[in-house]
Amino acid sequence: MHSFGYRANALLTFAVTILALMCAMASISDNFNHPSPSAHVEVLNINWFQKQSKGNDEVSMQLNISADLQSLFTWNTKQVFVFVAAEYETPKNSLNQISLWDGIIPSREHAKFWIHTSNKYHFIDQGSNLRGKEFNLTLHWHVMPKTGKMFADKIVMSGYRLPEEYR
Amino acid sequence: MDWQGQKLAEQLMQILLLAFAVVAFATGYISGSFQMMVLIYAVGVVLTTLVTVPNWPFFNRHPLKWLDPSEAEKHPKPQEAVSAKKKPAKK
Repeated sequence: MHSFGYRANALLTFAVTILALMCAMASISDNFNHPSPSAHVEVLNINWFQKQSKGNDEVSMQLNISADLQSLFTWNTKQVFVFVAAEYETPKNSLNQISLWDGIIPSREHAKFWIHTSNKYHFIDQGSNLRGKEFNLTLHWHVMPKTGKMFADKIVMSGYRLPEEYR
Repeated sequence: MDWQGQKLAEQLMQILLLAFAVVAFATGYISGSFQMMVLIYAVGVVLTTLVTVPNWPFFNRHPLKWLDPSEAEKHPKPQEAVSAKKKPAKK
């Protein structure tokens, strides 16, 4: 510690190391949060249901997505990424998952919401298996931290069914 | 800085930084504000820098006692032997 530069270097290195430890502790503190989110998705209407020229089924629907994700936010949360996916089974694939809508929740105040929208992303099948198809709608969320580990989970809602015939 | 001063500077630096880190984390966690933690810690780092890095007078309270010049002349430095002066072999 015999010169200005020596002391400045030692201080800076130690300060940054401690900062890294504080960030690790902040991330670990997220494990003490036990969230209790709730969500509900309703299919209000089937806008149209067609077979494309390429032979794949496509459906467009009106969705009402409501959720209370406030309990997911901690002091170390930057934002929550949320998306709604449709899941169903076909003879070719045991599980098909397709994202219909997503959004970013920037703060706790915005985390209790409902949105009335048609699907943001196209609901297109690999083939033409959708007539009369039963499917689940799952609401997934990713809690993105300011520093450290990201937590992800979902709520599965079942009991949805597509029409028997094209419209 | 003298030796004691260097030791003091190092100890002060470590203790101050750790103390500010603890206070910063506790304040941030309790108030639920990550920004508060970073702010308090940043202030702490700047303060610690101002206290420990410059060569303040209180770091020089135990100056080294150099030998008095009149005393040094009584004990002349040993002369190097002329034959020992060879060019060092370079690899």
